[in-house]
Amino acid sequence: MTLALETTGLKIQLRLDDAWFTVCDLSRLLPGRGVAALLPYGRQVALFRDRAGELYAIDNRDPFTGAAVLSRGLTGTHQGRPYVASPLLKQRFDLVTGQCLDDETVRVAAYDVRTA
Amino acid sequence: MTATLGATPTIVLVGHGMVGQRFLEALAERGLTATHRVVVLCEEPRPAYDRVQLTSYFSGRTPEDLSLTDLRFIEDHGIELYVGDPAESVDREARTVTARSGKVFSYDTLVLATGSYPFVPPVPNKDAEGCFVYRTIEDLLAIEEYAKKARVGAVVGGGLLGLEAAGALKGLGVETHIVEFAPRLMPVQVDEGGGAALLRTVENMGLTVHTGVGTQEIVVGEDGAVTGMKLSDGSELAAGMVVFSAGVRPRDQLARECGLEVGERGGVAVDEQCRTVTDPRVFAIGECALASDGRVYGLVAPGYEQAATAAATIAEDEAAFTGADLSTKLKLLGVDVASFGDAHGTTEDCLDVVYSDSRAGLYKKLVIGKDGTLLGGILVGDADAYGTLRALTGSVPPVSPESLVLPAGAGAPAQLGPSALPDDAIICSCHNVSKGTIRGAVTDHRCTTVPEVKKCTKAGTGCGSCVKVLGQLVTAELEASGIEVDKGLCACFSQTREELYEIVLTLRITTYQDLLDRFGRETARGTDGCDICKPAVASIIASLAPTIGASGYVLDGEQAALQETNDHFLANLQKNGSYSVVPRIPGGEITPEKLIVIGEIARDFGLYTKITGGQRIDMFGARVEQLPLIWARLVDAGFESGHAYGKALRTVKSCVGSTWCRYGVQDSVRMAIDLELRYRGLRSPHKLKSAVSGCQRECAEAASKDFGIIATANGWNLYVGGNGGATPRHADLLAQDLSDAELVRLIDRFLMFYIRTADRLERTSTWLERIPGGLDHVRDVVVHDSLGICDELERLMRAHVANYRDEWAETINDPEKLARFVSFVNAPDTPDPVVGFVPERDQIKPDLPLLSIGLRPAEDVLEGSAQR
Repeated sequence: MTLALETTGLKIQLRLDDAWFTVCDLSRLLPGRGVAALLPYGRQVALFRDRAGELYAIDNRDPFTGAAVLSRGLTGTHQGRPYVASPLLKQRFDLVTGQCLDDETVRVAAYDVRTA
Repeated sequence: MTATLGATPTIVLVGHGMVGQRFLEALAERGLTATHRVVVLCEEPRPAYDRVQLTSYFSGRTPEDLSLTDLRFIEDHGIELYVGDPAESVDREARTVTARSGKVFSYDTLVLATGSYPFVPPVPNKDAEGCFVYRTIEDLLAIEEYAKKARVGAVVGGGLLGLEAAGALKGLGVETHIVEFAPRLMPVQVDEGGGAALLRTVENMGLTVHTGVGTQEIVVGEDGAVTGMKLSDGSELAAGMVVFSAGVRPRDQLARECGLEVGERGGVAVDEQCRTVTDPRVFAIGECALASDGRVYGLVAPGYEQAATAAATIAEDEAAFTGADLSTKLKLLGVDVASFGDAHGTTEDCLDVVYSDSRAGLYKKLVIGKDGTLLGGILVGDADAYGTLRALTGSVPPVSPESLVLPAGAGAPAQLGPSALPDDAIICSCHNVSKGTIRGAVTDHRCTTVPEVKKCTKAGTGCGSCVKVLGQLVTAELEASGIEVDKGLCACFSQTREELYEIVLTLRITTYQDLLDRFGRETARGTDGCDICKPAVASIIASLAPTIGASGYVLDGEQAALQETNDHFLANLQKNGSYSVVPRIPGGEITPEKLIVIGEIARDFGLYTKITGGQRIDMFGARVEQLPLIWARLVDAGFESGHAYGKALRTVKSCVGSTWCRYGVQDSVRMAIDLELRYRGLRSPHKLKSAVSGCQRECAEAASKDFGIIATANGWNLYVGGNGGATPRHADLLAQDLSDAELVRLIDRFLMFYIRTADRLERTSTWLERIPGGLDHVRDVVVHDSLGICDELERLMRAHVANYRDEWAETINDPEKLARFVSFVNAPDTPDPVVGFVPERDQIKPDLPLLSIGLRPAEDVLEGSAQR
């Protein structure tokens, strides 16, 4: 019996083309930490939750090394915007747009994300 | 063969010691190396080295470390350096020098820098086997070799060099006696009171001192080797080796033979320009010269000044050497001894102010003139004030003389800092650098650190005794000029790591968010922080966990979100997204059963295996989801996390030590295991490496470690601040001949002091170079407890040791934590398809995916992987 707001029922969903794709329970996301999820056709996404509860989703593949590791990076706030730093060579990516903050020519895919 | 008109004029320098090298530098600075042919004849088999620091060879500095000669410098300036080829004769008529090799060099200018030779009293058998002098690196090598078979050694001479030699013998494990003819030690530098303080301290170290007696005869055995000596009081001293260290005499043989005038008691007579009084084409500088004031200077600072004077004169500039300050500050056998100005109070009507504490081995005397001018002084046991006092000499100090010698807390007002000094006060007497020049380096040349100021002004690069004052001056000057140096950790915190550590400890802050929201910069409060401060704060909280009441488990609660991926998965991320696994193998000792377990696991999971530099085994190619399975088997076999992924203690390497090795003098394996188990899991600003060697042969390479231990016949020597890698640094000796308990206590304090005060990702080597006061300060804090924090440092370490738990054992028993070790949150059983391998040399290697974009420049890549 709990009086706290029940969140276990909430699911995280991603927009793929025109449909919402259900990934996992919201409770699987620790604030400040990412998880990787497998999408149809073998694509991978990195999901994040910040301390305010906002959710973000970008491609999991680190374009600088080719390894699928962005979900394992440290997150932070740079000039008011949320980012993740690749755990391999530390380049930072804006979590909203997927833009690399350390190299303006590089961008990874970003996804719309919601709870339902 | 003489120089013909129009040909390039030639300068021949005879002798390549410290002063000779300084002379070459002065020539280069004046552009004379471009206009002259410069020939150097060097007798020793190696070019100029730091003879002042000679004894540091025994605390681990190699002959290469001691070198003062940058061969690039010699080459760049076209200097012809002949090593191991001394000058044999000079023909002043023909203006030629003949070297031992038979080479003949014509000169236009000849500079003698032949130095001095050790004085050996003319006693019977003085040249017997087992008799040594203490002057060159070769002498030291010979002493080191012979000391292996001598149990007792005697040093003739209780002066500066004698005490150095005695310290060296003792360090080699030889029972050491000092025989001094004068009634006290260091008779030239200190007075009776200072000598008494020194005597007590030296005797407390286990050396035996015989003062007021001379050496009458060296006694030899049937084989002609030394067995002892007869003293002037009729007694006999049994000793297997004798080191003569009773002063030096100018080497003026070459000058005498070519008819140059020499003084009654030796020394080539020169004028104020360092030109010989006999021949205007010949100069003499350094310890072989009898200066115009009638003295032969045996210190390096006056020698440097003479070198500069000679070079200026050759360049036809005005310069004169009219005499020099004989101030010295030394650390002999670990005791500070300094004397400056009119140390013996020879000025008429002068008065003494003396503070003496025989129990603490302290003696401080100031000589004050009738009008209150500070004339000179002697400091024994604590010479911290030397830099300030010497610079104040010749002026009336701004505070009363007694407050300058009383220890802090004994009624003395605040210590007089270097800010009280006038601008023309000389801070570095080796290179004659004034306070004004140092201030200028900060204000005009924009130097912001001590190393920059050293490079810019040369101050502090001689004997090093002024570095402490230098640091204070640089800080004061930076503050005064209002230079805003943002020392903040990152964009989120304006505090340094050290300040954050103090905040966390004092206020018992256990979460990052709490710290950020209360102490972060305004703009960072309430945000998600950044990837720089998160791991740094996580490390501080982990180091202090038991004391502040935080969980010591790095994956608990919020802490999990602060960790770099390596700490988060308790493994090391490799380039294709797979991880490597390193179980702890304390001291590098492992049973065959455990080796087999590692082999079986690596085989079963298809891992690539490699032996690491830290004497353990690394298994590569594990996928995230395999880590708990691998560790379940490792933990089951009795392995623990090796923390190869953490900024934490890595390994304590060892050699086999006295248990197996015929040379070993202590059980290095046991000590390495004890230390590794004591400090395992200790989170620190950067990784910590250690090693224990069972004898001076140093097979475990302890001198390249953050803390390294080398066994001696009497216990352990502790070295700190060593580093291998891209910027190697030889560790410094912190303390000698420690018992097991003393060693552990000192390492406890040292590590906790480092963890407390270092910057983020600052290894002990850089920390030791950066921290104000350097090694001396650290030694004061951790050995002498100058800050009164040693109890606390020990308490913190005890709490760490008592609360250590194996992270991997804890993780595999926690289903909630295990749930994080999956490839995909929505497909935990599907391996990451990007992680692939191909065969190489019977094992696997990563199959790298093709990149859509180019790699960053190599430099950045290196920085990213090596630094973080």
